[in-house]
Amino acid sequence: MIELTPLDILGEAIVVTILVVPAFFAGLLALLPGYRLTARLNVAAAFVNFAMAMLLFVARPTPGLYLLVDDLNVSFIVLTTFVAFTTSAFSASYIAHELEIGRLTPTYLRFYHAMYQVLMFAMNLALVANNIGLMWVAIELATLTTVLMVGIYRTHEALEAAWKYFILGSVGIALALFGTILVYLAARPIIGQGLDAMAWDRMLRAAHGFDPVLLNLAFVFLLLGYGTKVGLAPLHAWLPDAHAEGPTPISAVLSGLLLNVALYAVLRFKMLLAANVDALAPGPLMVAMGLVSTVFAAFMLYRRRDIKRMFAYSSIEHMGIITFAFGMGGALANFAGLLHMTMHSLTKSAIFFAVGHISQVKGTQKIADIRGLTESHPVLGWGLVLGVVAIAGMPPLGIFMSEFLIVSSTFARAPGLALLLVAGLVIGFGALLLRLQGVAFGPPAGGRAPVEASYVPMFAHLALVAMAGIYLPEPLVRWFQNVAALLGG
Amino acid sequence: MARGLAFDISHLLAGGMVLLSFALLYQDRMFSLLRIYALHALVLSLSVAWQAWVQGAPHLYVTATIALAFKAIVIPVALHRIVVRLGIHRTIETVVGVGPTILFGLGLVGLSVAVILPVTAESDALAREDLAFALSVVLLGLLMMITRRNAVSQIVGFMSLENGLVLAATGAKGMPLVVEISVAFSILIAFIVIGIVLFRIRERFDTVDIHALDSFRGERR
Repeated sequence: MIELTPLDILGEAIVVTILVVPAFFAGLLALLPGYRLTARLNVAAAFVNFAMAMLLFVARPTPGLYLLVDDLNVSFIVLTTFVAFTTSAFSASYIAHELEIGRLTPTYLRFYHAMYQVLMFAMNLALVANNIGLMWVAIELATLTTVLMVGIYRTHEALEAAWKYFILGSVGIALALFGTILVYLAARPIIGQGLDAMAWDRMLRAAHGFDPVLLNLAFVFLLLGYGTKVGLAPLHAWLPDAHAEGPTPISAVLSGLLLNVALYAVLRFKMLLAANVDALAPGPLMVAMGLVSTVFAAFMLYRRRDIKRMFAYSSIEHMGIITFAFGMGGALANFAGLLHMTMHSLTKSAIFFAVGHISQVKGTQKIADIRGLTESHPVLGWGLVLGVVAIAGMPPLGIFMSEFLIVSSTFARAPGLALLLVAGLVIGFGALLLRLQGVAFGPPAGGRAPVEASYVPMFAHLALVAMAGIYLPEPLVRWFQNVAALLGG
Repeated sequence: MARGLAFDISHLLAGGMVLLSFALLYQDRMFSLLRIYALHALVLSLSVAWQAWVQGAPHLYVTATIALAFKAIVIPVALHRIVVRLGIHRTIETVVGVGPTILFGLGLVGLSVAVILPVTAESDALAREDLAFALSVVLLGLLMMITRRNAVSQIVGFMSLENGLVLAATGAKGMPLVVEISVAFSILIAFIVIGIVLFRIRERFDTVDIHALDSFRGERR
C-alpha cells in the first residue's frame, strides 16, 4: 500500500468535488422552480467548480485506474471551468430575456440549467478520465446534453440542427469507440487483460511495445471519430447549424470548450502513438486535417449571412489552426497551440456573448439587418469590434501572438505549409473585417432597445486576451512550456 | 475439438450479423426493416452470450440480456408504433440504387477483412476474425445511414452499426467496461427514439429544392 500524503488526499477530494458538484446541482436545478434562483445557483455551482479547479495547481491526486490529473489536463480543466463560470454568468442575464419574449418556458429553463450542469460534469469527467473507455462515455454524455440544448427552442431549424448534430456526433462517437477497442487490443498483449490495459498512463509507459500497425489503425478511427467532435473539415457539417440555432450561451460553451475537450482526447492518443517508435507519425495527419479546415473555413466565412453561423465557421478555422500546431509538434508549436487554444476559447466566447446581446436587442441574427452597432449601442458595438479584431489576429492582441508563433515556427521547418496556413489566415482575416465593417459602422439599423444584460463576462474575457497579447506572466509561460514538452514531437 | 467448436459457433454468429446487415441494406419496406433489425440484435445477443460462455466472463451475460431485451424487443416494437403513428410505413426512398449499394457493401466487407487480418496477425484467431466481421457490420451500418433519407431507417442503420461495435468490444477478450459502454449506447439509442417521437422528425431532407435548403441554413436574405 502506498503512503498517502495530505496533498494526495486533498487532490483526491478536489477531483471528486469537481465531478460531484455539477452532478449534484444538475439534480437540484432540475427540481427547483423559479428561474432567478436557479440561474444564480447555476453561477454559484460553476464558480465553486472553477475555484476547485484552481486548487488543482496546488494539489493533485495520485493517478488511479479511472482518474488522472497531470500538467496537461490541469490547463484544460482550469480553462474549461473558467469559461463555464463566465458563461453561466452571461447565461443568467441572457436567459431572463428569452423568458420574457417567450422563446423559453420556465419548464424548459429548468431543464436548460440542469443540462448546463450535466454538460460541465461530462466535460470535467472527460478531462480527468484516465480510463479511455470512461473518457469515451463522458464525451458521449457531453454530446447528448448539447444536442438537447441545441434543440431547446423547438423551432423547425433548431430541431434540424439538433438532429444533424446528433446523427453526425453519434457516428463520430461510434468510430471513436472502435478506435478505443483497437487501442485496448494493442495494449492487452503487453499489459495483460483488465482495467490496467485501458488506463492511459499505464499504456503510455508500455506503448513502446504495442503492435504499431494496430495502433495506427486505431488512431485513424480515433482521429476521425473525435475529429468530428472537434469540427475538423470534412466532418464539420454539424457545427455551424448547432451554433446558429441553439441558445447563445451554448454556442459559447460549444466553441469555447467542447471542441477543446474533443481535441484533448485526440492529443492523449497522439501521445500514445508518439511513444511508439514504429507507429506512424500522427503529426502529418493532424497537420493535413487542420490545414484543410483552416483554409476551407476561411473561404466559407465570406458568404455567411447569419452572424452566429459566421463565427461558427471562424471556430472551425481556429480549431484547424490549433490542430495544425499540435500536429507540427515540438516545443514551440505545442506552446503556441496551447496558447492559441486558450486565447480562442476566451475570445470566441466573448464574441458569442456580444452576439447574444446583439441578437436580443436587434431581434435578428441576420448580418444584413444589423448595422451601425457602434452608434446605436456604443459599448456593445466596440466590444464586438474588439472581439472580432482579436479573433482576426490583429496585433497586439493574444491571438496575434499565438498565430505569429505558429507561423514562424512552421516557417523554420516547413515553409510550404506555413505559406498555406498564412493564406488561410489572411483570407479569414479579410472576411471577418469585411463583415465587421457593415455590422459595426455606418448608419444604424434595427432595434435600438438598450441592453439589459451584464457586459462583465464579455469584457473580462477581452481584457484577458488583450493582456496576454502584451504580457504573459512568467508562471503561465513556464506552465505552458512544461505541457508543451509533455506533448512531445 | 471444443476450441474448434467455440471458434465455429462464434464465426457463424458474427457472419450471420454481416449477412443480416446486407439484408438491412437492400430492404426497402419499413416493417421488414424493423424485423430484420430485431433479428440482427437477437444474433448479437446470442453471439455475446456465446462469448460470455467461451471466455468465462459472466458480466457479458448482462450485455447479452440488454441486447436481447432492449434492442431485439423494446426498440423494434417502439419504432414499429412510431412508424404507424407518423404514417411513414410506405416503401423507403433510397438515395442510391440497391445494386450499387450492395456492390459497395461487398467492397466494404473486403476492405475490412483486408485491413484487419494483416494488422492482427499476432492476436488469436477468434479475436481477429470477430473484429473483421465487426468492422464490416460497422461500415455497412455507415453505408446504410448514407444511402437512406428517412430518419427511422437512418436510425436502424446507426443501431446496426452500434451492434457491430458491441460485437467488437465483446470479441476483445477481457475488455473492461463493456457492460457500461453497452448501457451508455442503449441510453443514446433511447434518446434517439424519444427524439423522433418528440420532434416528429420524418425526413432529414424533405426536399431537394435548393431554396428550402438555403432557408434551413439561414442563408436566405
